[in-house]
Amino acid sequence: MSLEKFQYDNKIVKAFIIASVIFGLVGMLVGLTAAIQLFYPQLNLNTPFTTFGRIRPLHTNAIIFAFVGNAMFAGIYYSIQRLLKTRLFSDALSWINFWGWQLIILAAAISLPLGLTTGKEYAELEWPIDIAIALVWVVFGINLIGTILIRRERHMYVAIWFYIATFVTVAVLHIVNSFEMPASMFKSYSWYAGVQDALVQWWYGHNAVAFFLTTPYLGLMYYYLPKAANRPVYSYKLSIIHFWALIFIYIWAGPHHLLYSALPDWAQSLGVVFSIMLIAPSWGGMLNGLLTLRGAWDKVREDPVLKFLVVAVTAYGMSTFEGPMLSLKNVNAIAHFTDWIVAHVHIGGLGWNGFLTFGMMYWLVPKMWKTKLYSIKLANFHFWAGTLGIVFYALPLYFAGFTQSLMWKQFTDQGVLLYPNFLETVTQIIPMYVLRAIGGTLYLIGTIVMTYNLIKTAKAGKFVANEDAEAPALEKVAPKETYWHRILEAKPVLFTVLALIAILIGGIIEFVPTFLIKSNIPTIESVKPYTPLELHGRDIYIREGCNNCHSQLVRPFRSEVVRYDPNDMEYSKAGEYVYDHPFLWGSKRTGPDLHRLGGKYPDSWHYHHMLDPTTMSPNSIMPPYEWLFYHGIDLDATAGKIKALRTVGVPYPVGYEETANEDLLKQANEIVNNLSMDGIQVHPEGEIVALIAYLQRLGKDIKVKDETISETE
Amino acid sequence: MYKQILESIQDVDIWPVISLVIFFIFFVGILIKVAFIDKKFIKKMEEMPLDDGAENNQSIE
Repeated sequence: MSLEKFQYDNKIVKAFIIASVIFGLVGMLVGLTAAIQLFYPQLNLNTPFTTFGRIRPLHTNAIIFAFVGNAMFAGIYYSIQRLLKTRLFSDALSWINFWGWQLIILAAAISLPLGLTTGKEYAELEWPIDIAIALVWVVFGINLIGTILIRRERHMYVAIWFYIATFVTVAVLHIVNSFEMPASMFKSYSWYAGVQDALVQWWYGHNAVAFFLTTPYLGLMYYYLPKAANRPVYSYKLSIIHFWALIFIYIWAGPHHLLYSALPDWAQSLGVVFSIMLIAPSWGGMLNGLLTLRGAWDKVREDPVLKFLVVAVTAYGMSTFEGPMLSLKNVNAIAHFTDWIVAHVHIGGLGWNGFLTFGMMYWLVPKMWKTKLYSIKLANFHFWAGTLGIVFYALPLYFAGFTQSLMWKQFTDQGVLLYPNFLETVTQIIPMYVLRAIGGTLYLIGTIVMTYNLIKTAKAGKFVANEDAEAPALEKVAPKETYWHRILEAKPVLFTVLALIAILIGGIIEFVPTFLIKSNIPTIESVKPYTPLELHGRDIYIREGCNNCHSQLVRPFRSEVVRYDPNDMEYSKAGEYVYDHPFLWGSKRTGPDLHRLGGKYPDSWHYHHMLDPTTMSPNSIMPPYEWLFYHGIDLDATAGKIKALRTVGVPYPVGYEETANEDLLKQANEIVNNLSMDGIQVHPEGEIVALIAYLQRLGKDIKVKDETISETE
Repeated sequence: MYKQILESIQDVDIWPVISLVIFFIFFVGILIKVAFIDKKFIKKMEEMPLDDGAENNQSIE
């Protein structure tokens, strides 16, 4: 049997590593900026492009898709070539994958500060970029599956299973969650509304964590940890069980993001049960990783690569234990909407994704440049700066989350809220925000030191763009075994199909009843579509990213109905959101909930508050929104908005788009009159007027007299 | 047609039960399959990342 000679492509791996490091630094810097804005609002810089509401999605997208995404491609493209003993399927596809992905990142970096956003977390990018993501992802998939098909190794190592699951599931998630109706070139409305939109979004959001931040990284763990420790994985059998159990269970757990929400109870319970079950495969994987180091712990003391990997796997274990605990309803009642959740995701982000990426880079760069790491001392410094950074980041936020949540819920002996002013609960935790920013700074310093260390390492070595390798061709199987042979050959495709089925079952069982059984979302007769002016206002709300700090979901707790709706004591009902494309429930209350805001304050209060929040709420950390006062709404866009929303099911009469602007101006003039009575002069087409109209509408429909709740159909 | 069938399900609480049963069967199936995998095959798979032609862990010395 003759050996075939071929070359591994290191150049593409190098490109992705460089991109990951650069975008990692940028993404962390943006994150640090956002963190500082929370205790030093002046850093919002009083421009629309740099306010927290737009910066926060920029940070999350940069870290998830640019830093982790590029590192993931680097790690996958390096390891599959070696595991399958072949060059990548197509150099052209590899580079289309690379440049396509960077262009998407560039488009995100421009469009998010401009306020072009769908308002759905981790899926903020507008529809043209969504299409580009789908195309580039398919290119990656073809390259991945193609490489598997031209392999010289018959069997697929478990890491590759995780890569396949990543490709398949992210494709499904992205496509299903991105169904949206364009209203213009850069504006679209989610195909789904209210509760359904929330369910789809958190099925996506949860599984983006699962299949973009977890499964590819587990694949990387199963490759790079044995490599770095120079010993096989602890139990290959366990890894098989780990894989199937994980991908099967993960997909069901999305509804745990919507506990105590207007989502039907059975769906909430489903999310909780599967979240608890998820501990088993997650910890199976973590233990498999840590036990791989059995007998090699002495090396961990010396080798920075192993140090990073050990902390990464430990952080994975911590956050996958914490996740299921947070999905218990009694814990969730305290933690949800607070900084506890922010701490939780950063244990995963900084610890698991960040440290695994760093460990992998410290291992890959010397290897591909055929040299030794420039400085182990600096790598150790990075390790300690990063580890301390994580501690300083997470602990204050845990404390802040607990404190604030308990303050929200505290009643006096007389039965009234002890802290009725929401702002009191914010100013209480400002010191924690300062500490968190120190943690973030430490982490960023570590990353900068790594960048220097890696550049010096690369300079000292000589990069091998194409690495020579040789391996026997895949054996031809004897004729009588043809049948089995074919099954084996078909295995990657069969495997992909099986993985797809495993993840689809969960999604389908969650969605079908919610979408088809009308009684799951009781209709409320008095809930009407937004007026044209309110629609403009709502789009401004989305553009400014208000949902990043304000929820629109009053949970059925006494402490919440008393705080947010003291007169009528109404918590949020599913039927109130039927015209919300997209839903805007939010996931974090940096400011108070807004679902019952309508009618609470006069128009002039909102006017002053948006111009400078501290005039109405001294010490508020909300930035001012001056530009709303000299920008006007685009009346030409009204028709497109109405038409797009009618297409997705909002019952505007046919032809209403022709006359909508008349209604709009009528309503605007009413607000202008209201304001003039308080001595304020505004133009009826000013953005602030539209925003006030929307804010004054929030949560009011349910209070219209002679309301009837009927379960139609 | 299928819509009517789904709408006729009064007690949607059955859905979580169905899903648990599906998972349980699936999981037991995997356990049985894994229990009977050939030891030699497992050994070969375990060694795969270490046996890919590249030298190991020489970056730090």
